[in-house]
Amino acid sequence: MQLEFSADNEARLGRLLAEYPDRQACLLPALYIAQEQFGYLTHEVMELVAERIGMPPGEVLSTATFYTMFRKRPTGKYHIQVCGNVSCFLRGSDRLMTALSKTLGIGDGETTEDGLFTLSAVQCLAACGTAPALQVNDTYYEEMTPEKVVELVGRLREEAK
Amino acid sequence: MSTAQTNYLLRWGDKKDLWKLDGYRLQGGFRSLRKALLMKPADIVAEVKKATIRGRGGAGFPAGVKWGFVPAGDGPRYLVINADEGEPGTFKDRALLTEDPFRIIEGAAIAARAVGLTAGYVYMRGEFLEIARKFEEAIAAARKAGYLGKSILGSGLSFDLFVHLGAGAYICGEETALLESLEGKPGRPRLKPPFPAVKGAFARPTVINNVETIAAIPVVLEIGGDAFHRLGVEGDGGVKLFGLSGHVNRPGLYEFPMGKNLKEFIFEDGGGITDGKALKGVIPGGSSTPILKPDEIDVPMTFDGLKSVGSMLGTGCATVIAEGTCMVQVALRVAKFYAHESCGQCTPCREGCAWMASTIDRFERGVASLGEIDLLLDVARNIKGRTICPLGEAAAMPVEALVTKFRDEFEAHVRAGGCPSVAG
Ligand SMILES: Cc1cc2nc3c(=O)[nH]c(=O)nc-3n(C[C@H](O)[C@H](O)[C@H](O)COP(=O)(O)O)c2cc1C
Ligand code: SF4
Ligand code: FES
Repeated sequence: MQLEFSADNEARLGRLLAEYPDRQACLLPALYIAQEQFGYLTHEVMELVAERIGMPPGEVLSTATFYTMFRKRPTGKYHIQVCGNVSCFLRGSDRLMTALSKTLGIGDGETTEDGLFTLSAVQCLAACGTAPALQVNDTYYEEMTPEKVVELVGRLREEAK
Repeated sequence: MSTAQTNYLLRWGDKKDLWKLDGYRLQGGFRSLRKALLMKPADIVAEVKKATIRGRGGAGFPAGVKWGFVPAGDGPRYLVINADEGEPGTFKDRALLTEDPFRIIEGAAIAARAVGLTAGYVYMRGEFLEIARKFEEAIAAARKAGYLGKSILGSGLSFDLFVHLGAGAYICGEETALLESLEGKPGRPRLKPPFPAVKGAFARPTVINNVETIAAIPVVLEIGGDAFHRLGVEGDGGVKLFGLSGHVNRPGLYEFPMGKNLKEFIFEDGGGITDGKALKGVIPGGSSTPILKPDEIDVPMTFDGLKSVGSMLGTGCATVIAEGTCMVQVALRVAKFYAHESCGQCTPCREGCAWMASTIDRFERGVASLGEIDLLLDVARNIKGRTICPLGEAAAMPVEALVTKFRDEFEAHVRAGGCPSVAG
């Protein structure tokens, strides 16, 4: 089946074109819209974006692969991203990672079999003053402890039911 | 003399609803913009020059001087606000964006008036998606109330502002990589010159400033350039946000006049080191700034003050490290970060950063030899000065400082065949 943007997303793309003096500048926002709708960026999705913006698919691919937040494969419903940089390390981020690995049964970069959780070690989240910090999808959780992360996972499991 | 905290920028603690338009106006919001609209553009630039506010993104270039570089002329000219905040240890812009968005919008409109800019983009790191959504609401409210858009407050000045999200690449904080990213390309830094002031976004004259620099502009207009300058020290004016993280009793964000003493900041305002431990080292302004030992921190927090002890003020957010922490681990986290974030277009940076990270990892695993210490220092020195952008240097400097100042720990890792300390 031919991929299409939803009517809503078509409208968003249309508005984007008015915000920039040049079509290619819409690429990052367009990739975000595509990722939101399709979950991750396959070649077909990138071709759709290329066609809408009017760019060669190869250039869309080279931009998309440069940025880590554009997902090229499926990710769990909840993407838990634990900062492991210095300020969080000093405040015990390794213990968060260990507790999460244990309770989820997966390591860094892996996804649970039920597709609910992906666990990733990430770089500084600009929350160092309230370290250790993590994000679940786009939401921040700060001043975390091993107990709090296990509790958080429990809550997310409930929410997903 | 102990320098007290100020609250020109960090003012949301006791001011409710500052992030809403009405709350912002209640605190005198947009008065500076009204003032600016009655001033000649050149006079606004002159006030910012007098204020001697040095770039808060880390490089410390005077904002007024930068504004003065933009050539006169017609056609589109852009403002880009750098909200990429990725330098590890730094957490000030996120707070400003969340708590006081209209300050940034007001600062942007004043910059537009001063330099003759037609549109602006707030480039936010992708992780700030939720902040971005709220910021867009603030922009929409400001537009509706006439502070942005066509003929702002009936003045004839037309300027609009948009949020642009990055997507997880630290290098896009570097101003020319940011411009590439804004234009929809991979974020690989450009060769300079041309400088963005002449040829920036979409090949047009562009002013790029950090969030905090722009947020300070309404303050400059409110109290005047000279008064702002006098808050700080000669040549490094005003107040600034400073952060504390790591092993300190009161981590968080603070505001002081430029020139606050770093030692006093940590031990008085910050409440000293956690668990009554001794201090081992301080990374003064983000992970690229060379670490200081305890006997090196009795210095004023100014761009020149930190330079005098061989480091840098950077972003002003300090990471405090207590005794008992393994410095090889710290070096490993720092080196891995830059190796991961190198855009790869210069060989010394791409190869050198990867090499430093894998070598420090060898020390951590206890398989390195003593000779590799000097090799590590050699590689770090060879990156410096041979790259397109400063990231290479940003990686080499902290590694060089950590290895030089804590050489005994690298040696101990070799002798013990791994990390000899339990803590960390
Ligand atoms: C590798 C690298 C990363 C940077 N990251 C940021 C950043 O996240 N935010 C920022 O404001 N400036 C960052 N900068 C500095 C910018 O290049 C630029 O100097 C700054 O945005 C100018 O604004 P200012 O003069 O107001 O500080 C970075 C520089 C380099 C070399
Ligand atoms: S120094 Fe590193 S990050 Fe900067 S342009 Fe060269 S390879 Fe890219
Ligand atoms: S080091 Fe973890 S948020 Fe900055």
